[in-house]
Amino acid sequence: MRLVLLAIALVFAAPVLADSDMPPAYWANRQLPNPQQEERAQSLMQEIRCLVCQGESIADSDAELAGDMRDLVRRRIAAGEKPASIRSWLIQRYGNWISFRPPTQPIGLPLWLAPLALLVVGGLLAASRLKRRRSQ
Amino acid sequence: MTGWLRFAPILLLVLIVAAMLWRLANPPDTTVHSQMIGKPVPQFALAAAVPGVQGLSSAQLADGKPKLVHFFASWCVPCIGEAPVLDQLKKQGLTIEGIAIRDRPDELAGFLARNGDPFDRIGSDPESKTQLAFGSSGVPETFVVDGRGVIRLQHIGAIEPNEIAAIRAAVEQAR
Repeated sequence: MRLVLLAIALVFAAPVLADSDMPPAYWANRQLPNPQQEERAQSLMQEIRCLVCQGESIADSDAELAGDMRDLVRRRIAAGEKPASIRSWLIQRYGNWISFRPPTQPIGLPLWLAPLALLVVGGLLAASRLKRRRSQ
Repeated sequence: MTGWLRFAPILLLVLIVAAMLWRLANPPDTTVHSQMIGKPVPQFALAAAVPGVQGLSSAQLADGKPKLVHFFASWCVPCIGEAPVLDQLKKQGLTIEGIAIRDRPDELAGFLARNGDPFDRIGSDPESKTQLAFGSSGVPETFVVDGRGVIRLQHIGAIEPNEIAAIRAAVEQAR
């Protein structure tokens, strides 16, 4: 009975909000008036990882910090900064992890070569099996 | 498919399951570490977060004395639990500068009245700009900054009582 009550209580429990009650930053959920700039900001925001919901981009995340990061991106784009420079500013602070499009590095090489290697291995395997079947 | 090769798929399966189990038992570290360690603090100048205190600027962090720069907020629950620890660090002679994230003066004043005010200065960072410039990703976070204004250490999350010695040692090293 106590367990049931606890379960019912949990259903109605309000989660502790780890957010301030300040309104979102000005450019967090507002498009830039210049459509070209907004497009540039959008494509960058889709490639920047949210620091809170780490699987989402800041374009998708509802976290407050993601809103602040969108504000930062839009402000800098509006001020004429290049997306690449904003990206590298963020990478300087958070590492390549912050970008969903990390630079090609030697450590990622196996990932690119694995499909080729698997294709070659598969081809050899198939060839040897076919040969064996033919000789039977 | 002769000999041991017959068991290769099962072996592969066992390996994959073992890898998955290992990952379940050792979840990856999801804390975001700042890459700014060893670099000078970013340029910033923040207005006072509550009336009657001084604001905080990057120039004030390079005055020859090592300091703690503490990112916190009145809406941050772990910050309440951490307050006694900060108080203790202050009593042990450390300088603690505060940066209040997305906060209102009245709410922050209430927070300081309830939990104590160990800060020399408190700058207001309403859009997390300075926090992002430090490579910080949440509250509470504490940075050790040396006398030349170079970031020496990032402590993510509340400082626990058993971590006081380590923080003090880091500040001592930054002298």
